[in-house]
Amino acid sequence: MSDIILETKGLTKHYGGVHALEDADFVLKHGEHVAIMGDNGAGKSTFVRQITGVEQRTRGTVIFDGDEVNFGGPLDAREAGIETVFQTLALADDLNVPDNLFLGREKTMWNWLGPFRRLDYKAMREDTMAGLVKTGVKIPNIRNTIANMSGGQRQCVAIARTATFASKLTIMDEPTAALGVQETAQVENIIRTLKDQGESLILVSHNMRQVFDLVDRIIVFRRGRIVANLNKEDTDGQDVVAYITGAKTGAEYEGAA
Amino acid sequence: MSENSDGVGGLTFDKSKRQWPNELNVFGALILIIVIFEILGAIFVGQSLLFDSNDRFDSIFNEARLRIIIIQVAIIGIIALGVTQVIITAGIDLSSGSVVGATAMIAMSFAQVATVNGSPNPKAIFGEWALDLPWIIPVFVGLGVGFIAGMVNGLLVAFARIPPFIATLGMMLFARGVAQWWSLGNPVSFPTEGYAKIGAGMMPVIIFLSLAVLFHFVMNYTVYGKHTYAIGSNEQAARMSGINVPRHLVLVYVIAGMLAGLAAVILTSKNLTAQSGMGLTYELEAIAMAVIGGVSLFGGRGSIIGTVIGALIIGVITSGFTFLRLGAFYQEMVLGMIIVGAVALDQWQQQRAAARA
Repeated sequence: MSDIILETKGLTKHYGGVHALEDADFVLKHGEHVAIMGDNGAGKSTFVRQITGVEQRTRGTVIFDGDEVNFGGPLDAREAGIETVFQTLALADDLNVPDNLFLGREKTMWNWLGPFRRLDYKAMREDTMAGLVKTGVKIPNIRNTIANMSGGQRQCVAIARTATFASKLTIMDEPTAALGVQETAQVENIIRTLKDQGESLILVSHNMRQVFDLVDRIIVFRRGRIVANLNKEDTDGQDVVAYITGAKTGAEYEGAA
Repeated sequence: MSENSDGVGGLTFDKSKRQWPNELNVFGALILIIVIFEILGAIFVGQSLLFDSNDRFDSIFNEARLRIIIIQVAIIGIIALGVTQVIITAGIDLSSGSVVGATAMIAMSFAQVATVNGSPNPKAIFGEWALDLPWIIPVFVGLGVGFIAGMVNGLLVAFARIPPFIATLGMMLFARGVAQWWSLGNPVSFPTEGYAKIGAGMMPVIIFLSLAVLFHFVMNYTVYGKHTYAIGSNEQAARMSGINVPRHLVLVYVIAGMLAGLAAVILTSKNLTAQSGMGLTYELEAIAMAVIGGVSLFGGRGSIIGTVIGALIIGVITSGFTFLRLGAFYQEMVLGMIIVGAVALDQWQQQRAAARA
């Protein structure tokens, strides 16, 4: 039990009459990197949104780090140790790197001043540098605003948030979808670094090569249901595509889809 | 670390991407405008706008004109400090001028003396109990009226999700109505000596500059300031980062309202009277100061320093036109063009930055 970081049982989400996610049973072990694949609308992002508290599930249980959890919002999930890199980057363009990393959880002094408490810029800069070193992200000037950065640099900043805060689980929703070849390579290097550091990861991706390069296990979603749970060693690209398109369904999930 | 992460993804230092503080551009514009007036002054009126050693002061500057320039923008400048914060959240406050009007009437009613030239104050609004009060009471009343107006604006914007333009437009009409209803259009006059000192002489300038310094620090060095920029920059990101966006927006509008209330107190103290038409178009001038000072109407960008320089630009232009003996209508035409020009420049810079990234 103790080597499981995240488990969901019967996780279900209905948007009115639309069954976006149905009875998802999912297990993630400490230090494991798992990919979630599936066609558009298969329920991948919906699954992520239920775990991270962005939306409230219709039913089912989520067990994180040994305890059953009910996150009221993304901040609760983050405080519990789940860092999410969202598909739409949650960065403020006009702020610089440390400001974005610490947004909503700034290091402060003079706390008796309430909302007017003073920011501890020096401590935040130092922690930012440490986080960037840890992930291998290189940004020429962390005091530049996000608006002046390339797509790859922005994605790196979003990912560096994970490393700066001692998180237990990282979730990335299509981290390289909008990036060029070199930038994708940079992001993939960061993901490998996280693997070496024993960080647990859920990677939502469409990119078959990337998935086979980076993760240990592949979960396939189709029409709101999990239809396959494949170890990387036991499968190949064609096999996964067969599950995604519906040509095959995992033996243990027969009748599900 | 992997050896090829260096240089990957264009992560090399690029000097052209270093940021140039926008305040320097605005300051450059101020200098440019002064130079233009100096040249026009030398040609058409044979005088210098700011440099004049023939006055009674022992320096190269024309102190009298410098003083006029800053005094005439100080009161609206105080409002502009609050409006700057509202615009940085990607909002707008159209109500400040009317809030000045309403606050002027209400605050002044608590600042009146009992006797004028030996007879009872002819303009007294309330009975004896409200006369000859210490100056601090009308000041608190004024701040309180601003607080309430700002609170209503903030609640409408943050919780009722009414667009700031409409919410504050409603407050603009409502507050002007309150100002006219308060004494049925009659002026409220004859303040106590203590109250009259608040806006006397250089006091508006001292208050304006002190508040500018205070809010410069608040916007740059506190959680409040950082969250204000974050909300204007990407409200969704701010929300996902756990910032209580509605509560923060209410606070921003409350501060803007209280600054408008304070401006009304200073204005009535300076003029020794309150009239229901006070503060007319102040909201537009305050917005103009912010916009000329580089505050982006799209939110997220701008600064208190920029707004202060923007206020000085308006002051120099106003003084400059008088100095060139040109009518006030030319001045308004030029101001209109400068405001549109400032927003166009902001747009252009944004597009260029987007193209570069």
